[in-house]
Amino acid sequence: MVHRTPHYQETILLRLVDLHKSFGPKKVLKGLSLDVHRGESVVIVGGSGTGKSVTLKNIIGLMCPDEGHVLVDGKDVCHMKPRELNMMRRRFGMSFQEGALFDSMSVFENVAFPLRRHTQKTEKEIEARVEECLELVNLYGVSDKRPSELSGGMRRRVGFARAFSLAPEILLFDEPTTGLDPVMSDVVADLIIEMDDKLGATAITITHDLKVAFKIADKVAMIHDGRIIEQGPPEVFEKSTNPIVRQFVEGRAEGPLTDERQEARD
Amino acid sequence: MDTVNRIFEPVGNLFFRMFEETGRWFQMLQRTFVWTFRPPFEVREWLRQMVRLGIDSIPVVALTTMFTGMVMALQTFTGFQRVHAENFVASVVSLAMVRELSPVLVGLMVAGRVGSSMAAEIGTMRVTEQLDALEALATDPVHYLFVPRVLAGIVMLPFLTLLGDAIGIAGGYLVAVKLLGANPLVYDQNTWMFLDLKDIWSGLVKAAVFGLLLTLTGCIKGYYTTGGAEGVGRATTSAVVTGSLLILLSDFFLTKVLF
Repeated sequence: MVHRTPHYQETILLRLVDLHKSFGPKKVLKGLSLDVHRGESVVIVGGSGTGKSVTLKNIIGLMCPDEGHVLVDGKDVCHMKPRELNMMRRRFGMSFQEGALFDSMSVFENVAFPLRRHTQKTEKEIEARVEECLELVNLYGVSDKRPSELSGGMRRRVGFARAFSLAPEILLFDEPTTGLDPVMSDVVADLIIEMDDKLGATAITITHDLKVAFKIADKVAMIHDGRIIEQGPPEVFEKSTNPIVRQFVEGRAEGPLTDERQEARD
Repeated sequence: MDTVNRIFEPVGNLFFRMFEETGRWFQMLQRTFVWTFRPPFEVREWLRQMVRLGIDSIPVVALTTMFTGMVMALQTFTGFQRVHAENFVASVVSLAMVRELSPVLVGLMVAGRVGSSMAAEIGTMRVTEQLDALEALATDPVHYLFVPRVLAGIVMLPFLTLLGDAIGIAGGYLVAVKLLGANPLVYDQNTWMFLDLKDIWSGLVKAAVFGLLLTLTGCIKGYYTTGGAEGVGRATTSAVVTGSLLILLSDFFLTKVLF
């Protein structure tokens, strides 16, 4: 496996403290805690339905935890006033699973959207910036296309371009490679590393693709049963002795992970 | 005890849901109002919605009010003939169209045409995470989506109603004069005789309120969509049903207030 050399600073930018979240009777997060350093690339892995997406939505304040705190620079996201929250969100760039592009707009308008709304840039400057962002994700000549005319991989890359058009400090990637072929997944992983390095941004990625995770991460954290059960640099994580992590890393059908699901069903 | 529970639980739940939805509605109304006065103002989006809601609804509105005016003349003529009051057909048609039929029919037609499509559009944005994306891009969906739509509704419905007034009265005139042989001069005179400026004005106020009701309901139903394509379908239906009901209910109270 290929690993990155760590390059982050010692200051903590984002801190998740003892998050609890339930939907009806279903408890999704049961005391999740995680620290993210400035400039660090953290990858959260875990099986389906373990609360990865919910965690990401909590970070950017699309959801508030029932208990616990999401602290960005020491400030609780869920206690911010709307204006403060919007200012905070401008520091984030989020890429969604299926891209979540606005389908009433062209690719260009999608990437230009945050620039038009949040900056005083002239139309010419916006054009230049959009061009730059689309080049960064290796997309050429698609500006006038509608999202529905693009392939899944292209849509996702437009989503990336839109996420970092405001040059955010923190990038959030929701399942960036799910549904892509292995080659495309690797291209996307390279892209994330490149963007990360170019922007010097902090990145939080959730995925269940371990190959991608090990490639882009400074730190891998595994969610299981609503908690982080193991975290560390990829090379340490890979050798973890935790039986649950072992099963996940080795991708075996038998083990504690599947036994629990079986029990839940019975 | 069990039977009692089985009967009262659904009733109680229904009440809770009604209170919840009403509360939500007013909360959204307030949010829409507050965001209306905050920059950035999406003028282009607002104009786009005005075209979609106003200009594109003209054919439907024209047809509906035309035929309603025509059938009004036809019906009242047969009735009034029995008491030899044919001359008042014109007054009844114009008063009914301007005060009541044009605003309500325009409201109902636009609720079916535009309220539903707003719910479907915003509902689809919800299930494809586009609303989350908007928020993540530091843009309140209420600001970006609700405000232009609701404003378009409030502005365009009175215009459509005014158009409906004219077309409905013309339709009545056509039937009475060309089909039933009423005297064109007398008919024309009687059309305006009992019509006050206040009648027209009260009809337009109603229309503006209906515009608010149907667009906001469409937006809210879309915003709270859950459960994929099926949910979008439900939201659409519910937008039309709730929008139409609100129009008809509020019509009574508005008439009472504006008489």
